[in-house]
Amino acid sequence: MSDLQRVSPGLRPRGANPANPVYLDHAATTPVDPRVVRRMLPYLTEIYGNPASRSHAYGWVAEEAVELAREQVSSLVNADPREIVWTSGATESNNLALKGAAHFHRAKGNHLVTLASEHKSVLDTMRELEREGFEVTVLPVQESGLVDLAVFEAALKPGTVMASVMFVNNETGVIQDIAAIGALCRTRGILLHVDAAQAAGKVPIDLATLPVDLMSFSAHKIYGPKGVGALYVGRRPRVRIASQMHGGGHERGMRSGTLPTHQIVGMGEAFWLARENMASDNARIRGLRDRLWSGLQKIDAVMLNGDAERRAPHYLNASFNYVEGESLLMGIKEVAVSSGSACTSASLEPSYVLRAMGRNDELAHSSIRFSIGRFTTADEIDFTIDLITRVVSRLRTMSPLWDMVQAGVDLQTIQWAEH
Amino acid sequence: MAYSDKVIDHYENPRNVGAFEPDAADVGTGMVGAPACGDVMRLQIRVNSEGVIEDAKFKTYGCGSAIASSSLVTEWVRGRTLDEALAIRNTQIAEELALPPVKIHCSILAEDAIKAAVADFRSRRATRGAAGDGLQLAAQPVCTSNPN
Repeated sequence: MSDLQRVSPGLRPRGANPANPVYLDHAATTPVDPRVVRRMLPYLTEIYGNPASRSHAYGWVAEEAVELAREQVSSLVNADPREIVWTSGATESNNLALKGAAHFHRAKGNHLVTLASEHKSVLDTMRELEREGFEVTVLPVQESGLVDLAVFEAALKPGTVMASVMFVNNETGVIQDIAAIGALCRTRGILLHVDAAQAAGKVPIDLATLPVDLMSFSAHKIYGPKGVGALYVGRRPRVRIASQMHGGGHERGMRSGTLPTHQIVGMGEAFWLARENMASDNARIRGLRDRLWSGLQKIDAVMLNGDAERRAPHYLNASFNYVEGESLLMGIKEVAVSSGSACTSASLEPSYVLRAMGRNDELAHSSIRFSIGRFTTADEIDFTIDLITRVVSRLRTMSPLWDMVQAGVDLQTIQWAEH
Repeated sequence: MAYSDKVIDHYENPRNVGAFEPDAADVGTGMVGAPACGDVMRLQIRVNSEGVIEDAKFKTYGCGSAIASSSLVTEWVRGRTLDEALAIRNTQIAEELALPPVKIHCSILAEDAIKAAVADFRSRRATRGAAGDGLQLAAQPVCTSNPN
């Protein structure tokens, strides 16, 4: 019997179905909660009026639903409903916040600050603003994924108009210290934008006390439909932004466009359910995440990516050393996760977030992000642990790096081919 | 990502995984790639006294296409002379495995691995058993993506 047969007696366990894998990629998106779907449906065929139609009942009823949803969203984050602007998603919210505030306040200053671990919708927007003539500082983060507050403070200067720092990181689940960062900005009259796409419904957010001026939300990360999001625009103190979508003056002139009632109702209901269920969901999810980690830790040479404490309970990002991420994903088709490996990103570059945390390319290549959700079960976690363990073992028997490490070679001393 | 059936086959049933004694006189070892690029292939060939490759083994750290490329190569070099092995082109590997454009570099690396293994075998024959650790690292550039 070959080594391979010894370690992988059956790579496809009975009952597993690669066409319908165990879903552990909730950070990418979530299924719409059936209760949300039920709430949305009447707004497609019965209550289909344009919420901006002032002259008839079809419009009035639709508008009522939109305003109720606005209250539902604002109540999750303890904001005033008038501070919620509907958008097509967190990407648009990020664009609106950054471009909107930067353009509006151009006379006050030209300098913007953000972190290297931000979502692409922030980083790419910052890059675009740089092309327009703004000065952008992208700050490094520590190995934990957290920004050093002293480093952040040192980057703020008289011409700084705005900083953008995400609440919960989408790759690692690391939670930045928004309260402290906000305080540093507030005293200097600098606007703070927070991308909370991965945070809403997962960690408590209290905008009545947090010194945040703009906050982006997404529906589809929290069991709502894709294609709808919101931007919190603070009123006390009042935040002004330049609209990016023109035509009709909807949303107090901040975002024109007919409101998609059914989508908004969905987002409202999803945020409402999140508010009702966050505490109990989180307790259960934390238990599952800890179970997953304790199972995976039994594998040799596994590293956790991201601060162990300041992390939302839904996320586990781990690197399996000496095994390449895409080859690992290929072997675990019965589980849906995502990887920081270059091969799985369109650009052939390894995860920039993990690299910003100081992880070398190999660890970024061999990383897997697991994100647990409301409907995940303990059985699914156990299945995942078993599958990952077997596939990692199999791939290591095929890995020359593992061979070398077993033989006591220090890979750092090898002169690899130039590139 | 959609893999061809052949890539999946090589991934699930890789041919000739393993290692030869690197110091053996009839073995050539080629190691190409770099962990930072996400691809490292180690190809070893056992050459008989007639200069024909009798056996080949590989180990690869890399994606499914990289594993398949190197696994395929161990099949193709068997029974070939060293010069015939050097004639194997990455385009043939890519065609056999139906590699998409974004994975062509895996086949290039596999071709480089052959060259490295043959070069190692020949150089060690030339120095007649001079001490070596069996790790002959190719000097050609491998990461073709923008290292930003």
